[in-house]
Amino acid sequence: MISILKTTNLNIGYKSKKTVVTIAENLNLNLSSGKLISLIGANGIGKSTLLRTITGIQHPLAGNVYLNDKEISAYQPLDLAQNLSLVLTEKLPPSNLSVFELVALGRQPYTNWVGTLTQTDIEKVQQAMQLTQIEHLSNKKHYQISDGQLQKVLIARALAQDTPLIILDEPTTHLDLLHKVSLFKLLKKLTQETQKCILFSTHDIDLAIQLSDEMILMTPENVVQDEPCNLISNGSFTALFKDEHIIFDAEKGKFIVT
Amino acid sequence: MANKKRNTILFAVLTLGLLLMFFASISLGSVMIPLKDVFASLTGGHAAKSTWEYIIINYRLPKAITAVLVGTGLSISGLLMQTLFRNPLAGPYVLGLSSGASLGVAFVILGAGFLPSFLSVIALSSYGIVIASTFGSTLVLLLVLVVSQRLRDTMAILIVGLMFGSFTTAIVSVLTYFSTAEQLQKFTFWSMGSLGNLSWSTIGILTVCVGIGLLLSAKSIKPLNALLLGENYAKSMGLNFKKARLIIIFATSILSGAITAFAGPIAFVGLAVPHIAKLTFQTSNHTILFWSTLFFGSIIMLFCDIVSQMPGFDVTLPINAITSIIGAPVVIWLLVRKRNFQ
Repeated sequence: MISILKTTNLNIGYKSKKTVVTIAENLNLNLSSGKLISLIGANGIGKSTLLRTITGIQHPLAGNVYLNDKEISAYQPLDLAQNLSLVLTEKLPPSNLSVFELVALGRQPYTNWVGTLTQTDIEKVQQAMQLTQIEHLSNKKHYQISDGQLQKVLIARALAQDTPLIILDEPTTHLDLLHKVSLFKLLKKLTQETQKCILFSTHDIDLAIQLSDEMILMTPENVVQDEPCNLISNGSFTALFKDEHIIFDAEKGKFIVT
Repeated sequence: MANKKRNTILFAVLTLGLLLMFFASISLGSVMIPLKDVFASLTGGHAAKSTWEYIIINYRLPKAITAVLVGTGLSISGLLMQTLFRNPLAGPYVLGLSSGASLGVAFVILGAGFLPSFLSVIALSSYGIVIASTFGSTLVLLLVLVVSQRLRDTMAILIVGLMFGSFTTAIVSVLTYFSTAEQLQKFTFWSMGSLGNLSWSTIGILTVCVGIGLLLSAKSIKPLNALLLGENYAKSMGLNFKKARLIIIFATSILSGAITAFAGPIAFVGLAVPHIAKLTFQTSNHTILFWSTLFFGSIIMLFCDIVSQMPGFDVTLPINAITSIIGAPVVIWLLVRKRNFQ
């Protein structure tokens, strides 16, 4: 098991001209290969800020983010793209891209100045589509497929980018239970078969508890990273929501509304 | 791949169409010249009448070449803007780039009287006009860009472009109060747009400007494809967004600026042609769109040019009117059929 991304004494937040807003302090996270890691926290707790900071989009207030033992801000855009790929929540702009073309865009960090696909590129794209089981959609336009299928296509694009680390921002929103479960299972399978590290933020805590290898829990007090069973036994989930009506049932491993 | 075969056929048809249009545009005009003599003049031989030879070489051929340059340049700049702004209705005319260029030219033509005489000669030369015009279009594009970062709404950007258009028109009308009748006439003729009246040396300047613009656009093919997924995905795939955007902006500005300087503000070609290419080839891949837009742009511009001086009529209609008559319905149709743009 190899450590891929590591943060040391990381402080995240925003800095404007006059004020510094710290969202979380002293984060020491460790993401290693072959692990499916979920990021959990209430709305507005700073999940996005954390993701933005560890992907190098936003600068940390203090501390460091290391990707493959190299400070993330020291990466050139192209190098970074070969080590880290993203699946975002934002809607795609209108276009005529087919599923194959969309997945093939993941090869951009490797292709020449006009983006010609070599035999290797095509193989990687086909492999990514096989792993996500979307080969039958290859010739469809991206706006002709369902939300669940589109999410798989976007994951295939990230796979085609061939990076040791994939980060997904709330990949299961807009999906029904069936597709949520199948997406989580797909992510799980991908980490096992490709030995990649996959980090994703989600609000589907019950499912995340059952399927993640590790979880990162963000509460106003602290941020902890551990295996789900340990987090249950040490009562971390109780602190997640500040509401008397939501109670975590440690035996069933799920939240209960009273 | 069925698509590949289809594209090859389409490109073959387009090449043929371009050759035919180019030849038709040279053969047709208010003076009837037999095909045999058209060939003879083009291949360096002698036509039956020396006036015919003169018309072909010094009037129709430069005009056809200008039409090709104008058509390709404006269409490509429209293609770049539509992807950069994620807005199917973007184009050099709609976003006010042509207005900006007009403003630059208006300052030069109408304001030259205020300059000391030796400076006004420089300003009124082809170089002066092209620089003023490119400067004007760059300025407007940068303003639109600043606004577009504050307003994510695509329709708002269009309204802003419209406002820039009105603003420049207003400035131009203020300037006309301080100019002579002769200057005014010169500016009015320029603003109606014309593909003729370009000497071989001005065509040289135009070719260099359009050439630079097209080369930079070709360099932007890969970034443009990345931008189909939006700015954030493009960045995550290793795109240096700021640099790519700068190149795209410069390419668009030089294309629309130089073309507007010499041919006047020409409406709708930049907006409509990329859509025709997208609809025909059913793709968003900019490698294919780049070439198909080049072909469609020149074919449509040559066609408009033929229409503007129908054989048998003595008058030449302003090219801007023709492109608007053809282009405006295309835009309305696009808006009505909105479901999935591009």
